[in-house]
Amino acid sequence: MSSSASPMGRSPLIETAITTDSIDRLSSFDDLSEHSDGAVLVFQGRVRETNDGRKVTSLGYEAYGAMAEKELRAICDEAAGKFDIGAVRAYHRVGDLDLGDVSVVIGVAAPHRVDAYEASRFVIEELKRRLPVWKHERYAEGDAAWVGAPGEEEAR
Amino acid sequence: MADSIRVRTLFFGVYGELATEREGTSELPPGSTVFDLIEVLRGVRGFDWLPERVVVAVNQSYAEAGTSLSDGDEVALIPPVAGG
Repeated sequence: MSSSASPMGRSPLIETAITTDSIDRLSSFDDLSEHSDGAVLVFQGRVRETNDGRKVTSLGYEAYGAMAEKELRAICDEAAGKFDIGAVRAYHRVGDLDLGDVSVVIGVAAPHRVDAYEASRFVIEELKRRLPVWKHERYAEGDAAWVGAPGEEEAR
Repeated sequence: MADSIRVRTLFFGVYGELATEREGTSELPPGSTVFDLIEVLRGVRGFDWLPERVVVAVNQSYAEAGTSLSDGDEVALIPPVAGG
């Protein structure tokens, strides 16, 4: 847990983690001691039963752990610099997940809803663009594939 | 000055599967760049499945093809990411 400078003159609370543990419950902001944040927004990403029309039975997430930790932290630092927020928490789960498991949690506390929504959207979009995490899908037919493998998507 | 540098290479996701190894070491002439390493992997190592533009991280930060490599660097080959 640490703080970074904000153009708004605050030092937002920033917490991030890449973890194999369940993150289902990591969405509370009950610990915020200040009363300056009137908006709390929590986004959860969950394992969906279909992808590109195929029935998914389970997933494995692989991460470049050390870099993913740095990159997720950098994304949240950037969010704190761009938006007026009091806190941002972002967690990504890795390892084997079942349908319905929470794979990502992004929580934002802000004085007003607009910054909460925009900061949350910023974090998830940047995470999807640059967090070094890969998804291995197992399908009902018994086969499996890496999502976004070469040929399907142009490299960045 | 040493006549070669050694860098650690990491392969993730589908690259790890195609390379049949998650981790390796490459020996390169001093002054080599990320681009040079990719050429060596394609040619000498036979990783011809690598796409034309490979995303690479050097020491855990995204890096351009022209980035110079130093002895002991950790170079990760990053297939299209799919977090979230």
